Amino acid sequence: MSTASAIHGSRLADIVGPSNVITDPAQLAAYTIDKKAPAAAARPQSTAEIVDVVKFAVKEKLAIVATGARTKLGMGLPPRQYDIALDMTRLDRLVSYDPGDLTLSVEAGMPLLKLGVVLAEHHQFLPLAVPYYNQTTIGGAVASGVDGPLRQFYGTARDYLLGMEFVTGEGVAAKSGGRVVKNVTGYDIHKLMIGALGTLGVITRLNFKTFPMLTSSRAFMATFQTVERACGMHNRVSQSPLTPITMEIFSPGVADLFSSKAALRAAPISLPKDLLSKARWTFTSGFSGNPNTLTRYETELREMAEECGAVDATVLEGSELTSAFSLKREFIPIALDSSPATIIVKINVLPRQMSEALANAAREADNNRLRWVAMARGLGVIYFAILPSESTGATRRQVIQAADNILAACTALGGHATIPWCPSEWKNELKVWGLPRADFAQMLKLKKVFDPAGVFSPGRFVGGI
Amino acid sequence: MDTRAITDLKKLLGPDAVLHRPEELLLYEYDGSVENARPNCVVFPRNTKDVVGIVQIANRYQTPIIGRGAGTGLSGGALARQGGILIAFSRMNRILEIDAENQRATVQPGVVNADVSVAVAHLGLHFAPDPSSQKASTIGGNVSENSGGPHTLAYGVTTNHVLSLEVVLPTGELVRLGSSALDSPGYDLPGLFVGSEGTLALVTEVTIKLTRLPEAVKTLLAIFDTVDDATETVVDITARGITPAACEMLDGWTIRAVESHVHAGFPIDCAAVLLLEVDGLREAVEQHAEDVAEVCRLHHAREVRVARDEHERALLWKGRKNAFGAVGRLSPTYYVQDGVIPRTKLPQTLRRINEIGKKYDFEIGNIFHAGDGNLHPIILFDAREEKQFQRAVAAAEEIICFCIEMGGSITGEHGVGMEKDRFMPLLFTEDDLNLMRRVRDAYNPTGLLNPGKIFPSTKGCGEIRVRPTPVGASRA
Repeated sequence: MSTASAIHGSRLADIVGPSNVITDPAQLAAYTIDKKAPAAAARPQSTAEIVDVVKFAVKEKLAIVATGARTKLGMGLPPRQYDIALDMTRLDRLVSYDPGDLTLSVEAGMPLLKLGVVLAEHHQFLPLAVPYYNQTTIGGAVASGVDGPLRQFYGTARDYLLGMEFVTGEGVAAKSGGRVVKNVTGYDIHKLMIGALGTLGVITRLNFKTFPMLTSSRAFMATFQTVERACGMHNRVSQSPLTPITMEIFSPGVADLFSSKAALRAAPISLPKDLLSKARWTFTSGFSGNPNTLTRYETELREMAEECGAVDATVLEGSELTSAFSLKREFIPIALDSSPATIIVKINVLPRQMSEALANAAREADNNRLRWVAMARGLGVIYFAILPSESTGATRRQVIQAADNILAACTALGGHATIPWCPSEWKNELKVWGLPRADFAQMLKLKKVFDPAGVFSPGRFVGGI
Repeated sequence: MDTRAITDLKKLLGPDAVLHRPEELLLYEYDGSVENARPNCVVFPRNTKDVVGIVQIANRYQTPIIGRGAGTGLSGGALARQGGILIAFSRMNRILEIDAENQRATVQPGVVNADVSVAVAHLGLHFAPDPSSQKASTIGGNVSENSGGPHTLAYGVTTNHVLSLEVVLPTGELVRLGSSALDSPGYDLPGLFVGSEGTLALVTEVTIKLTRLPEAVKTLLAIFDTVDDATETVVDITARGITPAACEMLDGWTIRAVESHVHAGFPIDCAAVLLLEVDGLREAVEQHAEDVAEVCRLHHAREVRVARDEHERALLWKGRKNAFGAVGRLSPTYYVQDGVIPRTKLPQTLRRINEIGKKYDFEIGNIFHAGDGNLHPIILFDAREEKQFQRAVAAAEEIICFCIEMGGSITGEHGVGMEKDRFMPLLFTEDDLNLMRRVRDAYNPTGLLNPGKIFPSTKGCGEIRVRPTPVGASRA
C-alpha cells in the first residue's frame, strides 16, 4: 500500500466506513483504467456519502472516476489523474416503481438484469438493452451512452429518461426532470449526463418510463452478396409502413466471430450456420405483434429481400431469436474479445450513407491488410471493428492509418466517427473522440459549471475534458 | 431603452423591419397566457446574419432581447418582461431542406409547425409533435418550449425529434449544436437547448426528424356519464400497457362549449369523452382499436363511436384542437394550467380540481392529454375585475400544488416562463436552481437574453404549503 493510498484510505473510511474502502493493490487492480489503478476505491451507500467524498477530493485535488460493473472503463481517453474509484454498486435500490403509471426511480448501481426481473413480473421492461447486459449497472449504461438493438424502435436512454439526481464536482447534490412521463420544468440537465462518461457529475438516481413487454416476436434474416444490397434492403424496409423493433446489418466474417468463445458466453445457442455466412452480408430485423401482423412482416420482408437480391432468407423464433438478439446486443464485447488489440470505430452517418461508409471503412481496412467485422444498426450507426492479430510495430502503423482514413472519409460524408474502444497504448495516437468539433467551446462551458475543479474523470472525454 | 438602438436597428434591418410606436407594440405585449409585458421595439430579421446584428446592437446598448414565434405560448415565455428588443421570427419562415430518404428537414425558426407536415405529406412523412396551436405556432417556439401535443403520447415531444440547432448566443456567437447524423460526440447540447425557454440562445435553424405517416389510423370517441368512469378508463388503458397514439379527455362542460362553436359531434349531455386514436399497420390497428374500445366499455362507456372516414376523424380533432378558441368565446379571459400527474392519480386529481372550482366559485373546464397525465384545467374569469383575477390565480395555485403533491410537475409542455417561476422552489431545491442558473449564465452571461423567466425572482414562497421533495420520492 502506498502512502497516498493509506492517507486517502483512512479519510475515505471516515466517510463510507472502513469495510467499504479498498486500498489493497491486488483488489484495486479491478478498477484499473488504461493501466492506471486508483489509490483507493470507496463504496458509498448514500448520496450524502458521495457528497463528502467529492468534497474531500476537491480539497485534496484528487480525481474521481465513478464505476459500476466496470465493464466499460476502457472507453474514452486515459484519465490524466485517477485517485479514487467511486464504486456505485451499493447504491442499488429500486426507489419506487409505479407499474400502473409505467414509471420508476432507481439508484445508479442497480444492475440492469436485476431491474429487468422486477419489471418482468409486471410484464414491463426498460428498452436499455445494451452491451454487457448481464453485468452492467443502470448508471454505467447511461453514463457510457452505449446503445443497443432496441434503439431502432424505442430510441436511446435520452428518449425514456425522465429525471435524474446527481452530485456535481463541487459536492452538491442536485436534480433535474421529474418522475412523470411529460415534463418541461427547468433545464433538461439529465440529458447532458447521458454519455458524458461521468465528467459532469456522479449519477445517483434515475427516473425512467417503462414499456409493456412485447407479446410475440420474431426476427427475419437474409443474406446478400454485397453491402449495397444489404443496405438496399435496409432502405427498402425504412421506406415501408413496417416499424420493426430492431434492424441490423452484419458484415461477412461475423460467422467466425459469433462462433468464438466470447460469443458463446453471450449467447449460448448458435444460429443457423448458413445464414451467418462467411462470405455474405446479413440483414436481420426483429418485429412483434399479433399473428396477423407477424404474418404480414414475414411475407413482406421475404418479398423485399427477394426484390433486393437476397441469396437466402429465414425467420427466427424461440431460442434462435433470443441468441440473434443477444449477438446484436453483445457485438462490442464479442469483438473486443476476438483480438489482442481490437479497435472499434463508431461511425455515424445519415441512414442512406451507410452503404458508402461501410464500403469506405472496409476498403481502408483491406488496404492495410487488417481483419475486420462490422455491425450497422438502422438509423445510420455503424460499429466497425478492426481485429489486428498483434499490437506491435507494423500492425500499429496500419491500424492508425486505416482509422485515420475511416474518420476522414466519414467526415467527408457529413457524418462523424469516434473510436470508443481501442488498446490503451494506442490512445495517444488514435483520434479517440474523432476530429475537432465546432461546438466544443460550448461543452467546455458546461464542464466549468458542473466540475470547475476537474475532479471527475479528468481527460477521458471529448477534447480531453 | 436607448433611442440610438432603434436607429441602429433600422439601419441594420431597414425601416420596415422595426416597430417601436406604442400602438404598433400592442399586439406584442401578449401571448396566450394571462401575462403581459411591452417590448420597446419589435424587429423582424430575415436571416441569421440579421439576428447576429441585432444581438450585437442589444449588447452595445445593454438592452434585453427576447425571441418570439407566433406568440401562442401559454406561460409568458415570449414576452419582454423587462422591455427591450423583441425578435419576431415571422420572416425567417423558409423550409431550407427536405431530405425524404433520410427523414430529415432543416427549417428556419419562423416556419409554422403544421406547414412542415403539409410540405412533406406527399412523401408519406410528417413532423410528429403536434401542439394544438400547430396551425400558428412555429418550430422555433416549439424548440424553445419543447412543445408536446396530443400525439406525443406515442411519438414523443419536440426534443425527441430535434437533431441539430444553429443558434446565436447572447454574446453574438453563431454556433451549430449537434448534427444531422445521430450520436454527435460530446455533451448533448441540443438536449439542453431544446426546452430552455429562449434563455440560452436564439435559434436560427433547426434540423428535425421526419416520421413516416402510419398506414392506418382509427379514431374512437368514448362517451361517459361520469368523469370518474372516463378517468378510470385512462388508468386502465395505461396499466394494461395499451399505448394509443393519442388519448385526450374533454369534460362535459368543455364539450358543450366546443359544440356550440365547432359542431364536432360531441354529445352535449355527457359527463366526459375520451378521444382515442390508434395507428400503425392495418392488421394491428383493428385489434388495437378493439382492445381500447373494450376497456372503455368495461368502465361503463355509454357508447364507443369509431370515426367512419377521414371527414369524421378530422371533425373530432377539430373539436379538440379548437377547444381553447371555443372557450375563449365564453369568457373575456381564461387561465390554462399545464400540470402533470402520474396517470394512476387521474381520478382523484380531477375530483380535486372540481372541488377547487367550487371553492373559488369558478367553472373549471378540463380538456387535456389524459394519456400522459398532462392536465389543462381552464379557469374562466374576467381579468378586468381585480378580485376575480386574484381568485383565479389562487385556484390555479391550488391545482398546481395538488399536482406536486401527487408526485407530478408544474408544466408538461407550456413551459415555466414568467407565469410559473414562483412555483419552481416547490419542485427544486435552491441547489438545483442555482445549478440551472449557472448553466444559463454560462451561455447568457449578461442576462440580456429573455430575462425574468423560469427562475423565481424572490426566494420566499410563504403561502404555499408544499415542500420541495426529491425527484424520485415515492408518494404512494
